[in-house]
Amino acid sequence: MANSNPDIEKLTGEEYKYGFVTDIEAEQLPPGLDETVVRTISAKKEEPEWLLDFRLKALARFLEMLEAKQEPTWAMVDYSPIDYQNVIYYSAPKPKPELESLDEVDPELLRTYEKLGISLQEQKRLTGVKVAVDAVFDSVSVATTFKEELEKQGIIFCSFSDAVQNHPALVKRYLGSVVPYSDNFFATLNSAVFSDGSFAYIPRGVHCPMELSTYFRINSAGTGQFERTLLVADEGASVSYLEGCTAPMRDENQLHAAVVELVALDDASIKYSTVQNWYPGDKNGVGGIYNFVTKRGACRGRRSKISWTQVETGSAITWKYPSCILQGDESVGEFYSVAMTNNAQQADTGTKMIHIGKNTRSTIISKGISAGRGQQSYRGLVRIGPKAREARNYSQCDSLLIGDECGAHTFPYLEVKNATATVEHEATTSKIGDEQLFFCRQRGLSEEDAVSMIVNGFCKEVLRELPMEFAVEAQNLLAVSLEGSVG
Amino acid sequence: MLEIKQLHANAGDTPIIRGIDLSIKAGEIHAIMGPNGSGKSTLSNVLAGKPGYEVTSGEILFKGRDLSEMEPEVRAREGIFLAFQYPVEIPGVNNSYFLKASLNAIREHRGEPTLDAMDFLALAKEKMSHVEMPSDLMNRSINEGFSGGEKKRNEVLQMLLLEPALCILDETDSGLDIDALRVVAGGVNLLRSPERSMLIITHYQRLLDYIVPDYVHVLADGRIVRSGGKELALELDQKGYGWIEEQARTEGHE
Amino acid sequence: MSRSSSTGDDERPLGTRHYLERFARAAQHRAGPGWLETLRGEAIASFAEIGFPTRRLEEWRYTSTAPIERVAFELPESDRSAPTPEELAEIAPCASQAWRAVFVDGRLCAERSVLPADSGGLRIDSLADALAGGEGEALVAAHLARQAPFKNDAFTALNTAFMEDGALVEIPPGWQEERPLYLLFVSTGNETISHPRTLVIARPGSRATLIQDHVSLDSGTRFSNAVCEVLAEENAALDLVLIQRENAQSYHVSNLQAVQERDSRVALHTITLGGALVRNELGLMLAAPGAEADLRGLFLGGSRRHIDNHTLVDHAVPHCTSRQLYKGILGGHARGVFRGRVIVRPDAQKSDALQSNPNLLLANQAEINTKPQLEIRADDVKCSHGSTIGQLDREALFYLRSRGVEERAARMLLTRGFAAEIAAGLPLESLSGWARQLVDSAVETLTADMEGSET
Repeated sequence: MANSNPDIEKLTGEEYKYGFVTDIEAEQLPPGLDETVVRTISAKKEEPEWLLDFRLKALARFLEMLEAKQEPTWAMVDYSPIDYQNVIYYSAPKPKPELESLDEVDPELLRTYEKLGISLQEQKRLTGVKVAVDAVFDSVSVATTFKEELEKQGIIFCSFSDAVQNHPALVKRYLGSVVPYSDNFFATLNSAVFSDGSFAYIPRGVHCPMELSTYFRINSAGTGQFERTLLVADEGASVSYLEGCTAPMRDENQLHAAVVELVALDDASIKYSTVQNWYPGDKNGVGGIYNFVTKRGACRGRRSKISWTQVETGSAITWKYPSCILQGDESVGEFYSVAMTNNAQQADTGTKMIHIGKNTRSTIISKGISAGRGQQSYRGLVRIGPKAREARNYSQCDSLLIGDECGAHTFPYLEVKNATATVEHEATTSKIGDEQLFFCRQRGLSEEDAVSMIVNGFCKEVLRELPMEFAVEAQNLLAVSLEGSVG
Repeated sequence: MLEIKQLHANAGDTPIIRGIDLSIKAGEIHAIMGPNGSGKSTLSNVLAGKPGYEVTSGEILFKGRDLSEMEPEVRAREGIFLAFQYPVEIPGVNNSYFLKASLNAIREHRGEPTLDAMDFLALAKEKMSHVEMPSDLMNRSINEGFSGGEKKRNEVLQMLLLEPALCILDETDSGLDIDALRVVAGGVNLLRSPERSMLIITHYQRLLDYIVPDYVHVLADGRIVRSGGKELALELDQKGYGWIEEQARTEGHE
Repeated sequence: MSRSSSTGDDERPLGTRHYLERFARAAQHRAGPGWLETLRGEAIASFAEIGFPTRRLEEWRYTSTAPIERVAFELPESDRSAPTPEELAEIAPCASQAWRAVFVDGRLCAERSVLPADSGGLRIDSLADALAGGEGEALVAAHLARQAPFKNDAFTALNTAFMEDGALVEIPPGWQEERPLYLLFVSTGNETISHPRTLVIARPGSRATLIQDHVSLDSGTRFSNAVCEVLAEENAALDLVLIQRENAQSYHVSNLQAVQERDSRVALHTITLGGALVRNELGLMLAAPGAEADLRGLFLGGSRRHIDNHTLVDHAVPHCTSRQLYKGILGGHARGVFRGRVIVRPDAQKSDALQSNPNLLLANQAEINTKPQLEIRADDVKCSHGSTIGQLDREALFYLRSRGVEERAARMLLTRGFAAEIAAGLPLESLSGWARQLVDSAVETLTADMEGSET
């Protein structure tokens, strides 16, 4: 199944269509990480003392970890060592926009987001669905739409920096409460240098009337992106949130180490969807984003629910385990994932479902697709604590292989300390069947269309969890990412 | 319509077809019968262009054009339809979505306008009534959990929708009870027309009671050893294949 | 996380130091050929370098060896008391029809053994005798430490450094006799250790059933550190039965490594019913096309027992098949661990691997950690695994009770039913019947224990 077909090879070269660079003047700190850098980031953002303290504690811990070489090595990914002193930790389009209205956003930036298919104009999308967007460009948020409309219902949706200024009590209460600053190597780094991200708070009893979304864009060379997202759904509130990510094609590897914290109180529900399409590097594995992300949700309240849906097609390396801490009795955690690795991409991804409360339930549906020389691992932990009576988990992890140079690995960890628990795990690995391909082609479909149709069928249980219009986007993305994988 | 000249073909590395000549004109129905292992299914796979099947010599002309360099999907779009002996299951892919994609790929190739979802559903509904197919099968995954009869009906439904120029039925009758056979045959007969040819591959004569062929050929050991009218099928049904195989062996050694 | 070799002797933990001292002290008493002494030297050096495993190692994530390290185990005195013929008949009724070798604290007890003299080439020798010289020694030299390397395995290194005796089994080409081969390992004394070593070579086209049964006749803390190396040559068929039913104070670490050649079939039946801390390491290398591996296991325990099963099936070449069925039953405060790895190497196309690990938790404080693991680097494969953790089916329980069966009996019946599959898979009716009895009585003990502790 080598890429011997010249047309297909041409396609592969063209597959990443978000690889352009925006020519915009940026304000950057010099590469390197020390107390000055952290203090400068904090000062630029005019942060309160407690937040600077949080950063400095994280920095001290990170430098210790760096010294002790505690960068995690257990994942099944392979990359040359990162020089953390050679990364730019802060980069922002200049001048920092002090915006009264969206009309004041730099037109160059608006054009960038238009090109990415993200409208920062407050108009309805074609489908008639309103989506509020927070656009994060390198280290800072450049625009947030529909803020006023949301505010009428008491919903706060803004950049993380704005939240620190305008809602410090909320931020202080929840920041680090799900992912402590010392949690793990990459989360600790993020805690020291995070620059911006999104913040949302849905007040008691409010069902957020539109999709909230954040669009992340890495633009500058040599920078890392370290955003921080915090979503809080108060009692009885509900929200659906979506994030998307792209980056220019560069032949260097860029680091993306984000932290996402979700908190759901009694009867609240949060649906968090990700369509991750960072630049994956070229066919030979040169360049691409290192996506080392910590995402965790705490179902603090009774009957609360957190649902993660991810479609991961980009990044050279993905290291990510969106998790649920099911503290509240009868709380529910869900993880739906499609991960695709093509060419030289590597992904080690999965989830953790930590059952603490009684009658907690979790579902894991993971679909991995490996093509080219892609290597992919599902790594998931299901832990049923001693007090989690009648907890239930169902996990299903399926892998689809395309071509004979790729790999698919499954590492489930099931730890059960309560005899009333029911835990089920199933996994299968298969290849796209020649019979299936031939059947589709006999009915007139091209091989590429047939593969894409079969892959989308394989992923269906996950894709249907995405908000409607993003499901279409995700399907297209899967098709594009697969181009060149058969021939 | 279809012109096969001195065809030799391999399945993998094994020679199976050892010299077939066959000419099918528009509007004709030909039946190919033969014992298991005689090369019947290989012939249908070679015609449809299944990877792994290789023409080693001879040629196949379809509407005057050489098939050998044509990809399977191009053959399909040109009008060759193979009703599979064992239709595959494709989990997660909606049957109706698949049929629409397939139909539109072929319509586009013919220069016809593609159908939107509404028009497609109306058309599909009409065709489904011909094969007595329950409507919920359209919203299930392709062939997943279908009974043997439902799979075969689904094949004939696709044939009705795609309106091919050449229908190849590969043991479409196998595994069907008499009622299902009647329904399937009824669907096929709807497609009989002066512009359309059919190649019916079967082990048993009973399908030919419902779809009456113009010609019957007997395949043994990769060659056509007898050709005749529909009465040949009856003869085979009475006498079995033994005498034909015997005859083929003696001829093969001459 | 291996300890660095620069660590001075004094800084070594007691456990490690103890074995290094014993090795040095025993130097002049050790018999055996020079090559063996060299091998022992390398093994103890490996052990000195890596020490006992820590829980930071992925392979030991759920199992701490601290209880073993804390005791200064000694090799037992030379006058060991063999089981009487009556005891033997009671321990293993099946042994009467079998070729048998009885080992007491790891040494062959010839009076209780029934070994083939020159029975058509079937060989069951004492390893110690074989090492005394001759043809046997050549066979041992060619196979020892080949299948079970000790470089990264502290317990296998210890076994290799200290082993005194064990069995050398060679099944001749074409051997088809039904009579099973039975190796009984009896442990005695207190704070004693044994390092039994078994070599099994199944020649082309042979078929045999080999049972290794670890028992204790009385109480006392013991540590059995067993290593078994198996080579199944072309078209050989082996049923290997491992039964562990030592007393509740015993520690048991075993490592069985098998290499399978073309078209060979190895079935492993591992039944773990005893011991305070048990670790079974099972590795099967499918080294040539057509090889088939079938791993079946049952582990059962109550009170504070800890039972850890690790399997590794390595599909190194195309067209091999592996099946795994491991069942766990845990009551009391027991902890069970199952880690099943399946590796499909690049080019090992048409591999067919299936793994299943259902577990039954009978008590609130019982715990199970399971990690079924697939690592697949070829695309044309059929691999799947499943793992479940649950309780006795409430519907079934209710059904039995509604038919007048009292709850305790109903629980026992259902638990036995869950366990039965593994014993039933043993070859020969007499063997599976015997195993069924062992399992049934273990289930009864477990059920009774739990009743006792709950009231």
